[in-house]
Amino acid sequence: MMDVPIEALLFFLLLVTALTVARLRDLYAASMMTAIFSLLSAGLFVLMDAVDVAFTEAAVGAGVATVLSLGALSLTGSREAKKRAQVFPFVVVALTGAALIYGTLDMPHYGDANAVIHSHLAPDFIEGSAELEIPNVVTTVLASYRGYDTFGESFVVFTAVLGVILMLYRSKKDAS
Amino acid sequence: MADMFDVAMGGVLVTMFLTLVRGVLGPTAYDRLLAANVFGTVTILLIAVAGFWTGRPEWLDLAIVYALVNFAGTIAVAKYARFGGLAHDERAKDES
Repeated sequence: MMDVPIEALLFFLLLVTALTVARLRDLYAASMMTAIFSLLSAGLFVLMDAVDVAFTEAAVGAGVATVLSLGALSLTGSREAKKRAQVFPFVVVALTGAALIYGTLDMPHYGDANAVIHSHLAPDFIEGSAELEIPNVVTTVLASYRGYDTFGESFVVFTAVLGVILMLYRSKKDAS
Repeated sequence: MADMFDVAMGGVLVTMFLTLVRGVLGPTAYDRLLAANVFGTVTILLIAVAGFWTGRPEWLDLAIVYALVNFAGTIAVAKYARFGGLAHDERAKDES
């Protein structure tokens, strides 16, 4: 393995994709570009060892979001209405972005071995995993340390699926 | 000294870049559709190669699931292009 900053290259491609999405007036093409954006960020997450986040990004961003935006486009129209550029929303977005960037300044650098999470949290989790006799550390964190959180998550997903089924399902009698 | 996976990674990244160039330049929506489709495939390759590149090829199954997600997206896009909508009714086939 050579020491090549391919994350930097992927971030550059991400920026180019985002600018293209902002520039495009054809919304059908723009939704294709957002799918590329999601796939790129999923690749970045994989390279950063966050495979679960990467998978969620690919399934939701590139899969479901593309399907949903295509469904929305088929109901509305795929051309963006011509409007004068507005200053106030741009200022709000720029300020929010600046605040977010300011917030990242205090975070540890990418790949910093001395970060708090590596010096305190990770050894604790690994030790706890050995204590609980669960072979996989990720499973320990999800099912034991964050057990209630995971339980709540699965409850939310269950409720959402139930709601969607109740909305979509129509009996043969109603359908006619 | 570059080994096999370095070269493969370089090839995947160059392909990624060229695909993105097609997506950015267009000119039609179908060029971008094709770019998005190819980009999905290249992402699968990226994940597969990155596993071996970093010496931990445990995520190869993840790449396979990406292929499934990509397939669902392609079906939706093809349906939109063919019928102009996703909620297409088979019985109203003759009108489209």
